[in-house]
Amino acid sequence: MARLFEYQGKELLKKAKVPIPEGGVATTPQEARKIAEKVGKPVAIKSQIWAGGRGKAGGIQFAQNPEEAEKVAGKLLGSEIKTLTVERVLVEEKLDIDREFYAGVIIDASKEVRAPVVMFSTEGGVDIEEVPSGKIAQMNVDVLRGLRFYDALNLAITLKVPTQLLPAIAQAILGLYATFKGYNCRTAEINPLVLTKDGKIFAADCRMSIDDSSVFRHPELGIDVARESSTPPTELDRIAWQIEEGDLRGTCYIAQMIPEIKEPGVVGYHGIGGGGAILGVDALNRQGLKIADYADTSGNPTAAKVYRAAKVILSQAGIEGYMLGGFIVANQEQWHHAHGIVKALREELMDKPGFPVVLLLCGNKEKESLEILREGTKDLPARVEIYGSDKVYETEFLAKRMKALIEEYRKERGVKEG
Amino acid sequence: MAILLRKDTKVLVQGVTGREGSARAAFMKGYGTKVVAGVTPGRGGEEVAGIPVYNTVEEAVSAQGAIDASVTFVPGPALKGAVLEAMDSDIPFIVMPVERVPLYDILEMMAYAKLKGTRLLGPGSIGIISPGIAAAGWLGGTPEFAKAVFVPGPVGVISRSGGQSGTVPWAIKEAGLGVSTVLHIGTEPVVGQSMGNILPLFQEDKDTKAVAVFGEIGGPYEEEAAAAVREKRFTKPLVVYVAGAWAPEGMRFSHASSIIERGRGSAQDKIRSLKEAGVHVVDRPDEIAPTIKRLIKA
Repeated sequence: MARLFEYQGKELLKKAKVPIPEGGVATTPQEARKIAEKVGKPVAIKSQIWAGGRGKAGGIQFAQNPEEAEKVAGKLLGSEIKTLTVERVLVEEKLDIDREFYAGVIIDASKEVRAPVVMFSTEGGVDIEEVPSGKIAQMNVDVLRGLRFYDALNLAITLKVPTQLLPAIAQAILGLYATFKGYNCRTAEINPLVLTKDGKIFAADCRMSIDDSSVFRHPELGIDVARESSTPPTELDRIAWQIEEGDLRGTCYIAQMIPEIKEPGVVGYHGIGGGGAILGVDALNRQGLKIADYADTSGNPTAAKVYRAAKVILSQAGIEGYMLGGFIVANQEQWHHAHGIVKALREELMDKPGFPVVLLLCGNKEKESLEILREGTKDLPARVEIYGSDKVYETEFLAKRMKALIEEYRKERGVKEG
Repeated sequence: MAILLRKDTKVLVQGVTGREGSARAAFMKGYGTKVVAGVTPGRGGEEVAGIPVYNTVEEAVSAQGAIDASVTFVPGPALKGAVLEAMDSDIPFIVMPVERVPLYDILEMMAYAKLKGTRLLGPGSIGIISPGIAAAGWLGGTPEFAKAVFVPGPVGVISRSGGQSGTVPWAIKEAGLGVSTVLHIGTEPVVGQSMGNILPLFQEDKDTKAVAVFGEIGGPYEEEAAAAVREKRFTKPLVVYVAGAWAPEGMRFSHASSIIERGRGSAQDKIRSLKEAGVHVVDRPDEIAPTIKRLIKA
């Protein structure tokens, strides 16, 4: 799911008439100062990063006046918090907090529900997973009916929210749900939903992520890589996403696991099918090898898509091998994979003598597909081993072969054991 | 017998003139599935592999009488329209071999299906096959492949992985057994049929003696299997493998079927809840078939 930064989420909430603190986003200390001047009150300066607990890590600080705001922003911008570089800060009115609530919409996939669930709690400001269930009111939403104002009122009433606060809280819940629906969120949370000492309700912080498959409906959000990730996309992630973006034939998923390979024993990994791909990862890990990337091409992709995926995987500097982890007896005709992979290997490995390659490809048209692999790699200087369905669940054997080839490769090049 | 797909189940293929639609319709028909009609708007009157093509589902139903199942080969963003159309023509079972479907579209389909009493398999399901009887979706691939991998027998198979829904039956065949019906529940964040819906169907099916599940981390589905066993809605031998137990920190599956909920979703949690219910949980996928064999003999 494509995650939004706090400031982006708040902009969406504002459009849905959920009150947010006055302020704006800054990329330079001078901008931060200008925003603080406009606010005209003490401000909070919040690092815009995708990490929980950023307050404790020093990512949220306060300033009494615009000069101080400029100084604090100068310290935060460019600094590293929880391994993430701060590129933007949100400068906004510091709230005088009386109480903290929580409002969220998640999706419950279980058999009984399969629908959005609106949750409200009087225990805001902490991780909702730590709140006892008695302090959470929730309602499954029938999407054909929608969420109504009185539904939101009733949720808050369940937890004995004082009468005078009910309309403002219900309005915030309704606005959150409208945002969830309107922007096709996978999750949307306001935490905390703050009651200030002068009796007003504000969304003080929010977390939102957009459903990957709906990103195309929202070009206004400027999401360039519609992929679930806890960190901003790497350059390779961006390239990999381009393979997928415009081509609905089959699925190509590549997530870079090690952006910069500094150690030996890292393999470029190309799985087929989500469930099968993980079997190979498990086995490689047990042999002490690591994967540079987790990739999966499945759903009957074209040879062109498989080729582009394999090219990206093989392009990672520092990998000591390439494994095609086809731990599935696939229904799809596997010659598309065979053709795509042969083309990529021929382009990438002509000048890499001895480079270890383990290819496992099983399923429909297996005999023909293995023949394509054999024919296409026989004059390559690389070390290529090719296996079919008699090894489909022989995960340990294949991981061991990968390791053995890597050891030979190192010896040949005079590289010390990693 | 088998569940959900029978010899006399009348099947419609939506998107029948597309690259996948035409190839899979031809396979399904060749395998013995009673494919009576296809639909592609603007292509009515044509034929694909001897299957008559109509412009709308309603047109197909008028010509062919009530239809029992539809398989949708349309791109993700177009799925909702196709499925609502099928539901409005009262087709009770819809197989959706479609990925990258906008989430809110899925939620609307699920809500409408609840209203209409429709059974939705997927989205993101590669399909369902009952060996020697019928197939819907991609599962089976080609007639020779389907024959080589899916042999009739007493084991029901439910998989959360598309690829493994071919691999587990293959391993079961290698162990000298066969399968009754194989289903892939689908890879999208919310799916229509999961363990909790399907296990009771296998319970009723006289020819299914045991069920094998290829599970994965994330989502509530393995827990549903545990609940079905605990509440005696399923009492036959059940063998489950949960993939991802050894996945490194930060590892994700490539598809989106896992939404981690409060306290649910990790392999450890799933395995614990299954074991507590008395389910046979195996540590490696190659142990599924031998364990099933042992339990059926016992």
